[in-house]
Amino acid sequence: MKKRERTPKTYARITHPLVRDKKGGPLRRAGWDEALDRAAAGLDAARGSFGMLSCARATNEMNYVAQKFTRVVMGTNNVDSCNRTCHAPSVAGLSAVFGSGGGTSSYGEVDHTDLILMWGSNARFAHPIFFQHVLRGIRNGARMYAVDPRRTSTAEWAESWLGLNVGTDIPLAHAVGREIIHAGLHNTSFIERATTGFEDYAAEVEPWTLAVAEKVTGVPAEAIRDLAHAYARAERAQLCWTLGITEHHNGTDNVRALINLSLLTGHVGRYGSGVQPLRGQNNVQGGGDMGAIPNRLPGFQDILEPDVRSKFESAWNTVIRPEYGMTLTQMFEAMETGDLKAVYCIGENPAQSEADSEQAVERMKKLDCLVVQDIFLTATAELADVVLPATAAWAETDGTTTNSERRVQRVRKAVEPPGEAREDIDIICDLAGRLGHPWKYADAESVWNELRSVSPDHYGMTYERLAEHQGIQWPCPDTDRIEPTYLHGRLWDEDPARRGRLAPFGIVKHDPPVDLTDDQYPIRLTTGRRLDSYNTGVQTGSFASPLRRGEYVELCPEDAERYGVSVGEEVRISSRRGTVQAPVWVDPGLRPGLAFMTMHFPDEVDTNQLTIEANCPIAGTAEFKASAIRIEKLPVSGPVSGSVSGFVSAPAVRS
Amino acid sequence: MTVIPLRLPRRLLEFTLDGQETRVPEGSTILDACRAAGKDIPTLCEGDTLTPKNACRVCVVEVEGARVLAPACSRKAEAGMTVLTDSPRARHSRKIVLELLASSTDLSTTPRAAEWIKEYKAKPDRFGPDAARLDEEPKIDNDLYVRDYDKCIQCYKCVDACGEQWQNSFAISVAGRGFDARISTEHDGPLTDSACVYCGNCIEVCPTGALSFKSEFDMREAGTWNEEIQTETTTICAYCGVGCNLTLHVQENEIVKVTSPHDNPVTHGNLCIKGRFGFQHVQER
Repeated sequence: MKKRERTPKTYARITHPLVRDKKGGPLRRAGWDEALDRAAAGLDAARGSFGMLSCARATNEMNYVAQKFTRVVMGTNNVDSCNRTCHAPSVAGLSAVFGSGGGTSSYGEVDHTDLILMWGSNARFAHPIFFQHVLRGIRNGARMYAVDPRRTSTAEWAESWLGLNVGTDIPLAHAVGREIIHAGLHNTSFIERATTGFEDYAAEVEPWTLAVAEKVTGVPAEAIRDLAHAYARAERAQLCWTLGITEHHNGTDNVRALINLSLLTGHVGRYGSGVQPLRGQNNVQGGGDMGAIPNRLPGFQDILEPDVRSKFESAWNTVIRPEYGMTLTQMFEAMETGDLKAVYCIGENPAQSEADSEQAVERMKKLDCLVVQDIFLTATAELADVVLPATAAWAETDGTTTNSERRVQRVRKAVEPPGEAREDIDIICDLAGRLGHPWKYADAESVWNELRSVSPDHYGMTYERLAEHQGIQWPCPDTDRIEPTYLHGRLWDEDPARRGRLAPFGIVKHDPPVDLTDDQYPIRLTTGRRLDSYNTGVQTGSFASPLRRGEYVELCPEDAERYGVSVGEEVRISSRRGTVQAPVWVDPGLRPGLAFMTMHFPDEVDTNQLTIEANCPIAGTAEFKASAIRIEKLPVSGPVSGSVSGFVSAPAVRS
Repeated sequence: MTVIPLRLPRRLLEFTLDGQETRVPEGSTILDACRAAGKDIPTLCEGDTLTPKNACRVCVVEVEGARVLAPACSRKAEAGMTVLTDSPRARHSRKIVLELLASSTDLSTTPRAAEWIKEYKAKPDRFGPDAARLDEEPKIDNDLYVRDYDKCIQCYKCVDACGEQWQNSFAISVAGRGFDARISTEHDGPLTDSACVYCGNCIEVCPTGALSFKSEFDMREAGTWNEEIQTETTTICAYCGVGCNLTLHVQENEIVKVTSPHDNPVTHGNLCIKGRFGFQHVQER
């Protein structure tokens, strides 16, 4: 079919600072000194009610300095980033079980495992190079199972696709666990040696028979049984998930339910066996590791530990508040109540990435001072009092980032930034200086060496070694050795002292999506990514992808027929929060009652006006994956052009 | 230096390479042994991240006692064998292969082709102008990459990279047989109607420039492509959390193309559409 007429928005780089003279007035060009003075004055006036939104796309070094700015200069732990909107539940769940928030395996182990369970992850689109490791694993003989409400292109490679109803991951995981126990396939020696709470877990999953689970999840009992037996019998197995698990109001519980399966079978802490959350931003792992989260200091060290605090207090010559700061979610709530008056937002775009985005914008408008440091004038920057032009971390600065397999790798400057744009760390240090903390770092490496001195997990990673080994996975406590590629091998140790803290089973309950479907909103909308686009589209909008067709609402052939709509036809999509308009696409990988959209084109179709801000109470992540919507045919309509019958009459999929 | 994965220790085997006793780990190819010994054997179709296809035959060497010449890229070294890499027979064969390739194909963007033609005294023009295999316009049906099949030597590396060895998209296939064989998409349609996902992993392995970035192609057409002044810097992709390694090729402060280090444990030289082509946003200035 012919491409839809679109006028895609491309973002031009910001090349000089901008300031706003009065609320509601326009942004105007300013010099660096004026802009920094304004920013410093605004932040200074709001000491005690300050929040930092740090950037999961910037370097580890920038995140280290940003959280240090928050804690030392502003005297608060209110620092967070977009990890809150994606994988915070993974970090919360993993650290509750294992004491550490990183995925336990490496990519290379996926090449050599026997079974790969992809749960709530369309890695073929969202993590394509990770998926090459999966494909190599499959070519080497591994069996792959895909659990996803959509029959995605990831699922096309699976031995079995378990197309569950949105928000029924816990019933499915519990049924898998129960089946493993009843078939006697659980790893009793591992459970006894390395875990706690098995009896409670066994009791919790007991009601979830295959028949009950089939009814709730929509997955045939036989398919659940097959998955349970295959996973438990595999010599080695990798359990991978992404936002299909975490972006729910009970995301952390979902993560716990999956980790339970790895504890039940002993599929963790061995080469080739582990659990892997695939992270969505290039440095979301590193941002958290660097302490740009409200509850952890650099090196993922708990802020409530007195010994940890005193180490940082003497290193930084400051006092650290012995309390957790506000999460991103709590910061937005505090903007509403006036408890948060100033925000320093680096490289984040919450005006478009937050669930219920309109509400997020209203809240940010209430701030006394919003300082945005970015490479584009994003929708968030347009709300700012001061805009500071920064460099693109990955191509215009030196530093490091940390990927999903905990590998810290070198980022190197390849091009000069445009205009007056400056490096993030320099800008933060200039602001710190204006607020009474004259920090000087010669370069990114000196920041990194300061981090190494306070983070045991990173101590062994000098820049020289990182270059020599093409990145090193943490933990790396020594400068002369490399640890195994997987975490928590200690759980298999015969010596209880070296085994350390045992891994607790998570006793979690099924809790359906908050936004229930009913007669008024009969369709379940779930969100995700497409291959060639990324998040709110500000980066990907400017390259000419032949695959890109703009935003569509994707429906299954049966629903398209039921609503009498065809490919390209504009429809109105409403949720209990907002209404948007988008053309229809027909995807036979969807099932009746399930629709799919992305947030890649918010300037054309603002999908997040539909999503619900129902947050996971532990991690603060919103339920982007489960909104109830209604589709309405518009009065005057018609397909853009061409024959569309091929799509509408595509073979029906199993419902 | 790269990390050597821990595997069972490999034994060394001994053989004679150009009269010198040489020791290589078992499993090495003759080409591996030559490179370890600092010998420069010409090769076009050998791909370090791909299973050798033995298509170009430029790397042939003489194995004593063997009836035919052996491709160094895929022939494993064996204990006790005697190999001559620069014998008159091997040199003669390479000369003919280069003549055949250069007479039928446009090797103007093939690295080192001119150098080898000179070294082996090959005379491609002795077959006359009729030897040209193709004479077609470069296929430009999208803004990301160009297919210029006049430069294709049919090494099939792109087929393997797009197929089961890496990308598993199977957008690239071979049409025809014998002299009519050529690289194509399914049903020979435009790329935009194919299964192509624009990862560019085929460009990464193409040895002749038959597949190239549109940015490079346009600059070559305009006469502004200048590798001499380009810098190559390896950094990390700005998109998802997999952490792919990108090598940015920069000319006059513009990123002109993106490759990926082949020996990297994350990417093995492969990228997705965003990593390979999604760099433009930093240049919107």
